[in-house]
Amino acid sequence: MSFFKPAFRHPELPTNELGFTKKNYEGSISTLCAGCGHDSISAAIVQSIFELSIPPHNIAKMSGIGCSSKTPTYFLGNSHGFNSVHGRMPSVATGANMANREMIYVGVSGDGDTASIGMGQFTHAVRRNLNMMYVVENNGCYGLTKGQDSATADVGSISKKGEPNPFEAIDLASVALQLGATFVARSFSGDKNQLIPLIKAAISHRGFALIDVISPCVTFNNNPGSTKNYEHVRDHLAATGTVDFVPMREEITADYGAGTAQEVTLHDGSVVHLQKADADLNVNDRRSALKLIKDYKAQDKILTGLLYMDADSQDCHETIGTSKKALRTLGESELCPGDKALQAINESLR
Amino acid sequence: MSSVAKGVKSIEAVNDFVIKFANVNGTGSASANNLFAKSIFRMGIPMSPKNIFPSNIQGLPTWYEVRVSEKGYLGRRGGTDFMVSVNPQSMAKDVKEVSPGGYFLYDNTKPLDLRLHRDDINFIGIPLMQICMDEYKDARQRQLFKNMIYVGALAALLDIEFDVLTGLIADQFKGKEKLIAPNVHALELGFQYAKANFECPCSITVKRCDNVGDRILLDGNTACGLGAVYAGATVAGWYPITPSTSVIEGFEKYCKRMRIDPASGQKNYAIVQAEDELAAIGMVIGASWNGARAFTATSGPGVSLMSEFLGLAYFAEIPTVLIDVQRAGPSTGMPTRTQQSDIVAAAYASHGDTKHVLLFPSTPKDCFDMTAQAFDLAERLQTPVIMLTDLDLGMNDNLSEPLSWDDAREYDRGKVFNAEELEAMSERFGRYLDVDGDGIPYRTYPGTHPTKGSFFTRGTSRDEYAVYTEDGSEYVKNMERLLHKWETAKSYVPAPEIISVEGGKKVGLVHFGTSKDATLEAVDKLAEQGIAADSCRIKAFPFNHEVEDFIAEHDTVFVIEQNRDAQMRQLLVNECEINPKSLVKILHYDGMPITADTIVQRVKDVVQHDNVTPIKRAQ
Repeated sequence: MSFFKPAFRHPELPTNELGFTKKNYEGSISTLCAGCGHDSISAAIVQSIFELSIPPHNIAKMSGIGCSSKTPTYFLGNSHGFNSVHGRMPSVATGANMANREMIYVGVSGDGDTASIGMGQFTHAVRRNLNMMYVVENNGCYGLTKGQDSATADVGSISKKGEPNPFEAIDLASVALQLGATFVARSFSGDKNQLIPLIKAAISHRGFALIDVISPCVTFNNNPGSTKNYEHVRDHLAATGTVDFVPMREEITADYGAGTAQEVTLHDGSVVHLQKADADLNVNDRRSALKLIKDYKAQDKILTGLLYMDADSQDCHETIGTSKKALRTLGESELCPGDKALQAINESLR
Repeated sequence: MSSVAKGVKSIEAVNDFVIKFANVNGTGSASANNLFAKSIFRMGIPMSPKNIFPSNIQGLPTWYEVRVSEKGYLGRRGGTDFMVSVNPQSMAKDVKEVSPGGYFLYDNTKPLDLRLHRDDINFIGIPLMQICMDEYKDARQRQLFKNMIYVGALAALLDIEFDVLTGLIADQFKGKEKLIAPNVHALELGFQYAKANFECPCSITVKRCDNVGDRILLDGNTACGLGAVYAGATVAGWYPITPSTSVIEGFEKYCKRMRIDPASGQKNYAIVQAEDELAAIGMVIGASWNGARAFTATSGPGVSLMSEFLGLAYFAEIPTVLIDVQRAGPSTGMPTRTQQSDIVAAAYASHGDTKHVLLFPSTPKDCFDMTAQAFDLAERLQTPVIMLTDLDLGMNDNLSEPLSWDDAREYDRGKVFNAEELEAMSERFGRYLDVDGDGIPYRTYPGTHPTKGSFFTRGTSRDEYAVYTEDGSEYVKNMERLLHKWETAKSYVPAPEIISVEGGKKVGLVHFGTSKDATLEAVDKLAEQGIAADSCRIKAFPFNHEVEDFIAEHDTVFVIEQNRDAQMRQLLVNECEINPKSLVKILHYDGMPITADTIVQRVKDVVQHDNVTPIKRAQ
C-alpha cells in the first residue's frame, strides 16, 4: 500500500459543469489491503458524483463499522461524513435526512454491518423508503476481525480457515425486494462499467436505493473454495444487461436497438437505459426480479445489474408530509408558538 | 348493608384527606375519577391525584388516589380516609386499607361478604349496578354511567359544589352537547340516592377556598412535549415505552396544532416511530449532527439500549436530548410504578470514560422549562443532556405553576461556523480545537461550504482536526479537553434550589425530582417537632459548587431518593469526593411515591438517637 497521496495534479485536469476537478471529490488515502475491492467502489463513487456535477458538500456520507464503513474517509473529502456505530448507520442516516431533505445521502455498509448486527435497522430504512443510496460492500466475511464467515456467505463456501459455511446465506437484494425497496441493484466491484451507471441512477432515484456490490476480500476470503473470491465471482456473473444512465440535461443519442431495451425515466427527468440480456426481466416488476435472482442462483450464477426500480416512489418525507424546506433551516419564528399561545394553553388546563 | 363505625370516632376533616378509588382497568373509570379530582381543583383546593395502575389493558385492579390538602401539600400522604370500592377483585385488600373512622363506599347490589366487615369504619352501600340495570338498557352505558353515579354520590357525601361538576361536564363535552344531559342525569342519580339514604355531608368534606391561585393541572410528560415544541425541536425519533410514551404524544398533539405551515399545510416537524430505542437515539444523533434540534423519550430499558450511542454522542460531541421517564427497574421491573433508579446508568451511560449532563425536574413547569433548556445546553455543550423525570411526575396530573415563555428568548445554537465565517477563515478548520479555552470546540453543519469546514465524525479517536489517530498523547489531550468541558458545564447547568430555615445549618435535606413535595412537607413537620432542616433541591449534574457548599455547611446531611442503592449519594461521593459517612441515606423504592412521614421518621431516628449503643452479642 501507499502511504502518501501525491499532492501534484495536472493543471489541466478536466472539470465538471461546476468547474470542479475529480480531485475535489477525492478523499484521503485508503488504508485498506492492497487490491481490496472496496477501493474500486470508492473510485466508482468519486467518478459518478464528479460526472453528475453534484457540489461535493451537498453530499453526506454515512457508514457503520467495519472495513466497508471505513471507506467514506477515502472519497469525497469535501463532504461531511459520519462513521457511526456498528449496524446503526440507517438510523443515523434517517435522522440526518429528516433534518435536511435537500442533501444527498450516500450510505456505505458491509455484509456484517447490514446483514447481521444491522439487519433490523436496514430493513426499517428500506420500508420507510428513506431517500438515500445504500451501498453494501459484500465480501461474505468479517475482515477487521480476520475472516469469520458473515451472514451473506453461501452455504458450503470455504473460508480461509478451511471450513465450509454450514448456514444459509441472506440475500440482501431479495430481502430488500420483499420489503418494498424502490431501487435494487447488484454489482461487482471489479465491473466499473456496470457500477458507475448504477451509482448514478441510485443517487438520482428518489427513495431507498440499494446496491449490493460483491467485493471480494483479498486477504481473508479470496481462497479457492470461497464463492466470493475474485475468480469465482467473475466466472459466475450473469448481468441483467448493460445499464446506461443519462442525466436529465443530456439527450439520448445512442442507438440501443429495439426489442430488448427498457427505459425508466426518473422523477428529475434522467433516464436509466437497460439493454437487457434476459428478455424475462422487467425492471418495473418486483416479482420478476425476485424470481430471476432465484433462477440464476439455482444455476450457480450471481445476477448483477439493475434488478428493480420504481421511478415514481414517494420518499419518507413525502409519506409523512414534512415541509419542503429543510427542517434545520427553520428558526424561532416558524417553530416557537410564543407566549400568547402558551397562556391560552394554561387557561385550558384550569 | 350500610353501617357506622362503633366505638371509634369518624374521621373529621375539611379539605385535608386522602380518597382512593378502586376500579377495574378498562372500564371507563378514569374519566369519572378525573372529573372528581378536577372538581376539587376548581373549588380552589390544592389536590394531587395519582394513578396506580397495572401493566395491563383490561380487567386488572387499578386505583386512583387523591390527596386533598388545603395547606398545599402535594406529595403522597399514605393511608386512606375514604375508599370508593368498585372492584370486587380487590375488595378484601381495599377494606383493610381504610383508616379507623374512615369510610368505605361500595356497590351493595350484591350483599357484602360478612367476612370483610369491620366495626371501626363506616360502610356506605349504594346499589350502583341495580340503579344502572333499572335505568339503562345498553351494557356499555351501564358500565360507564356506573362511574358517574358514584361521583354524584360523592358530591352529596363530601359536599362538592354540584355546579362545578356540571360545569366540568359541559367543558368536557363541548362539541358533543347531547352527551351532557345523560351524564348530568347519572350524577343526579347518585347524588339523590346518597341524600335520601345517608347523612349528607359526612364527616369528611370539601369547602371552597382560594389556595390554587393561577396554578394549572398538567402531567409532566405533556409538559415535556410542549417544551420541545417551544424549544424548536423539529425531529423526534422514538419507540413506545411506558411511562414515557405520552411525551412524544404530547409533542405531536401540540405540533399538529401549532407547527403546521399555514401556507402549504405541511409539517414543520418530523416524528419517526423507530424500530427500537437504538434506532430512536440514532435518529436523534443523526438529526442533531445535521443541524436540527432533535430529541427522544424513553424509560430505563431504553436507556440501557441507548448506551452505546450515548457514548458516541459524548465522544463525537453531538448534541443529544433524551428524556428518561423513570420506572421501577431493574430489567422490566415494575413498568407502571415510579422510581428514581436510572441515575447512575444515565450519568455514566456507555463503556469507556463517559459522563452526561443530567437535569432533574420536580414539577410540570420544570418539565417544560428544563426540556427547553436541555436543547440549549446540549447545543452549547455539544453533548448529550438527559432529563430524568419519573412516572409519578410524568403520567399523573400535577398541580403546577403556569407555563410561560419569554418571546424575546433566542435559542442558543452553540458554537457553529456558518459559510461566511468559513469563507473568511485563513487557518485550517479544526473540529476538535479548543479555540476559546472552555473545552467546547466549534462545529459545522454538513453542506455549509463547498471546500471548507468538512470533517469526518467518528467514534474512533482522532486529533484536533478530526483525523483518525491512535497516538496516545492526542487521545489523552482530547479526553482531558472533554473533562475541561465538563467543568465548563457546571457554570451552565441550573443551580440548586436552597431553602434555609431559621435555626438551620445543622440538618440538611438534599433531594431532587419528585421527592420535592414530600421533602418540603417533611421540613414543616420536623419544624413542628423542633428540628430545623434546610433543604437543597439538586436540579442538575454535574453538581455546581452550591451543592457542595450546602453539604459542607451542614452537620448532618440526608440524601433523599427513590431507589435502593442511594444512587444520587453515589454520584455526590464520587464526583465531589465527599466522605460517604457524612451523607445519610433516606431511601424509598416500593414503586409508590415517597411520603413526608418516611423522611420525618428517618431524620428523627438519626438526629434524636445519635447515642444508641450497639447491641452486644453473647460470646
